[in-house]
Amino acid sequence: MNETWIALKELGENRMAAIGAIIIIFLVFVAFFAPFFAPHDPLEQNLEKRLLASNGEYPFGTDELGRCIFSRVLYGTRISLEIGVIVVGITALVGTILGGVSGYCGGIVDEIIMRAVDVVLAFPSIILALVIAGLLGPGLFNVILALAVTHWPAYTRLVRAMTLSVKEKEFVEAVRALRASSFYIMRRHILPNCINPVIVLATLGIAHTIIFAAALSFLGLGIQPPTPEWGAMLKAGIPYLRSAPFLTFFPGIMIMITVLAFNFLGDGLRDTLDPRAKEMLMTK
Amino acid sequence: MLKYILKRLLLVFVVVLGVTVVTFSVMQSAPGDPAEMIAVARYGEDLTQEEIEWVRITEGLDAPVYIQYLGWLEHVLRLDLGKSQITYEDVLGEILTRFPATLVLAISSLILSLLIALPTGIISAIRKNTIVDNACMTGALLGVSMPNFWLGLLLIWLFALSLGLLPSFGYGGIKHLILPTITLGTSMAAITTRLTRSSMLDVLNQDYIVTAKAKGLDERTILLKHALKNAMLPVITFVGLQLGFLLGGAVIVETIFAWPGIGRLLVDSIYARDFALIQGCVLFIAVIFALANLAVDILYAYLDPRIRYEKK
Repeated sequence: MNETWIALKELGENRMAAIGAIIIIFLVFVAFFAPFFAPHDPLEQNLEKRLLASNGEYPFGTDELGRCIFSRVLYGTRISLEIGVIVVGITALVGTILGGVSGYCGGIVDEIIMRAVDVVLAFPSIILALVIAGLLGPGLFNVILALAVTHWPAYTRLVRAMTLSVKEKEFVEAVRALRASSFYIMRRHILPNCINPVIVLATLGIAHTIIFAAALSFLGLGIQPPTPEWGAMLKAGIPYLRSAPFLTFFPGIMIMITVLAFNFLGDGLRDTLDPRAKEMLMTK
Repeated sequence: MLKYILKRLLLVFVVVLGVTVVTFSVMQSAPGDPAEMIAVARYGEDLTQEEIEWVRITEGLDAPVYIQYLGWLEHVLRLDLGKSQITYEDVLGEILTRFPATLVLAISSLILSLLIALPTGIISAIRKNTIVDNACMTGALLGVSMPNFWLGLLLIWLFALSLGLLPSFGYGGIKHLILPTITLGTSMAAITTRLTRSSMLDVLNQDYIVTAKAKGLDERTILLKHALKNAMLPVITFVGLQLGFLLGGAVIVETIFAWPGIGRLLVDSIYARDFALIQGCVLFIAVIFALANLAVDILYAYLDPRIRYEKK
């Protein structure tokens, strides 16, 4: 507990990480309480008030169907964070387990898992996600599936490498000599050593996932209208780029702020949690 | 070395084979009857059951999945990627027609990204923790966090629609190339800058740099001769991977700017559910990407004599 506290304190002293964390907390707050902040129902159409510029009633203006852009942008926070957290949760868990098994067992199991990693990495990940989401059809579940399938190998590789190096350490040998079970060694001695880099990777992974999900929706292969999703809102704004550019400004800014916050936090966490990076800083 | 290359080529083959199996399985699990979808695309909504069955038989969709896959694979080995199920165009021909556009965009954005990233990254590393460094790094992080589909739209809005300086989409002269290149090039530059900086910092901490300084060599020689050469190794690897990625078609940028490259072809074929074309594009992209990876590894071994692949 004490260690966690020290890490948190160090994180607080890292300005970028602190800014990132504050923005993220704010966004989570917005996502939870969107109905309280939003002045209008995000799905409510008002065809008499189409494409209005920002005004008192509609802070960010209205879109092509007269919906309140501000309310839609607020609600959009929900779905993007949701996708980011779910995808990273699944991929980090599955990727870590596979990496641990691969590194610890070795042999044929390792070979099979690593060839699967090769196949997924043989592809620019956007292409594979595109094909999966495009062929299975649009929708939240398929977006999450497509992103999960393409994002687990990073964790597997990382954890496998860590496991391989920890496995040979003397203290693991010692525990093994005491007849500890493999599962116990993994859970008690190997995984704790991997947890920090996995947290860093996961934080940056959320940023990546949010951009990817928005990109899929932007291409019309992800979340579909009328659901308020930032990527889909950008796509809907293209025909009005000349007459009503605010349709594309606000969702884009929200994507950027969200992604930036997770990148800030991820970079900061790397500096605080990754001992190698810290060591490097000290020698300088 | 030769043995290593052959071994890697074999691995490329295995991995690409795996990729085709994956795409084939995804297609099989796609909802809807493929025969019906092809028939709708060809003849419109007004269909009889006979027409659908006719498509099923002529396209070989009535055979078991593995027979379909093996049949496709057999043709691929003879460099025949089949015909589009909707336009009847030859798939390989279509891909090769689109490839030059992708190639042009890939090279121009790569050059732009290097022109931005290398100087910025190196200066950032030398002037570590100064205002210059912080400004560059914040800029780079902004670039990493900016979705390039949004950047593309903003550029179109500013340069094409508001100022009327450049065409907003299409393919043709130099003018058409500028906006897509900026969109792709800057987002790549952001990542490369960060990598160049951290790689430079790693090298500047090494003992041999300290030795060189102690010998009294001037700053310039140390930077250019000792540090830069070694710092470039990871950067080259990364840039090579980026090139492989770009040659597979920049899906999003090509779509925004209606750039007739491989990426757009893939997206269009997904919209149209043209299975033969999707399968062909995916195979082509996988092969290009795998070969680019291989080329990078070989180049790396050539540049860094410490690496002895045979020993592994």
